[in-house]
Amino acid sequence: MITRRKFLESTALGLTGMALPFTAFEIIDPRKLMAREASDTSKVRWVFLVDTYKCVGCGLCVKACKEENEIPYDANVTRTWVERYVLTKQGELLADTPKGARDGFTTTKIEMGPGKYQEVKEEDIDKAFFVPKLCNQCENPPCVQVCPVGATYATADGVVHIDRSWCIGCGYCIMGCPYGVRFFHPVHRTAEKCNFCYHRITKGLQPACVDACPFGARRIGNIKDPDDPVARIIRTERVGVLKEEYGTKPQVYYVGLSKEVK
Amino acid sequence: MKNHVYRPLFVVLVVVVLILAVRAVYVPDDFGVGERGYMYGWHRKANADEWKMVKVKYLGREYCQDCHADRYATVMAGPHKDIQCENCHGPAVDHPEQQPTLAIDRSRVHCLRCHFPLPYAASERSKIPGIDPDEHNPGMECSECHNPHDPMESLK
Repeated sequence: MITRRKFLESTALGLTGMALPFTAFEIIDPRKLMAREASDTSKVRWVFLVDTYKCVGCGLCVKACKEENEIPYDANVTRTWVERYVLTKQGELLADTPKGARDGFTTTKIEMGPGKYQEVKEEDIDKAFFVPKLCNQCENPPCVQVCPVGATYATADGVVHIDRSWCIGCGYCIMGCPYGVRFFHPVHRTAEKCNFCYHRITKGLQPACVDACPFGARRIGNIKDPDDPVARIIRTERVGVLKEEYGTKPQVYYVGLSKEVK
Repeated sequence: MKNHVYRPLFVVLVVVVLILAVRAVYVPDDFGVGERGYMYGWHRKANADEWKMVKVKYLGREYCQDCHADRYATVMAGPHKDIQCENCHGPAVDHPEQQPTLAIDRSRVHCLRCHFPLPYAASERSKIPGIDPDEHNPGMECSECHNPHDPMESLK
């Protein structure tokens, strides 16, 4: 005669017994994991340097990025964009990025919302400048941690990718990125972001935005190469990163960053 | 023991085996922990190579130089030397084979990307010569007077 207690005991035992051979299906060995986490054998760690003094807001980087990476040109999504910050003598902070600055900034009016513009007179301006934005390829990318299916990941050379065939489009990563660099690709219906033009940098070329910039405001380098000119600037000069307090360790460095830049 | 005790056990067993079987077929062999460990490197390894395979579309002015040496020389001697050919002519991918002519952007707004004056002293923009598009020959294309390859020389 079987009792309830006995049934529960044997069920638990049976399930545990069944689960044991199934661990063979699992590829995770904790010790191996720890070892991999600790070893850093890559000779390359891509970093980006933006000089905001040099940026004129022409938006040629955005145009080139959209063409190079097949981001629908008229959709209001982009892997990189340029922001304009205008601080007035009245203490007002105005910022805009019409269409991500795909067509540059060809008016003194600041876009305040869809179809809403605010004119700022030259004599009212205290400070105004442009800030190009792109994926920070964080050393601790929060967007990767939140992916429930392993569709986004960091490579050994520091670039965060999205596996389009594996992404389920849940949007957690888009919410998780503190920099707002991720968006939905309207054609592939998956998460999308800048990957430093991985197809170009791995062939010895520069990212499309870097090549397109006539003013040298954007540069790419390898922080692990002591002779790399960009790595040297990051090491020896005064550079900042965005939202350092988040602990994401962003790898896009800015020259001439201002406290107003979010 | 009676059959009804084992029946739910069998059902659970079948479901678990089914899930594992589907997983074994569905999950690619190269899916697993990458160089960045479990937290940042849990992925399908072949994907990084797929990203490397994306076609390069902007080929750079060196690609143009071979066939368009004269234009290249003109641009490089003028004030627009820092501007890539493809910024106005469009990406040169498949040119000239599949794409015999490129779609050139001759629009006024394209020039105004730099030459609309914005008085932002903290940016280099304020140092670029600019025009007021409402005053400076409105309705005309800039290239009707200015040769974009050497914008001021052509006015002389």
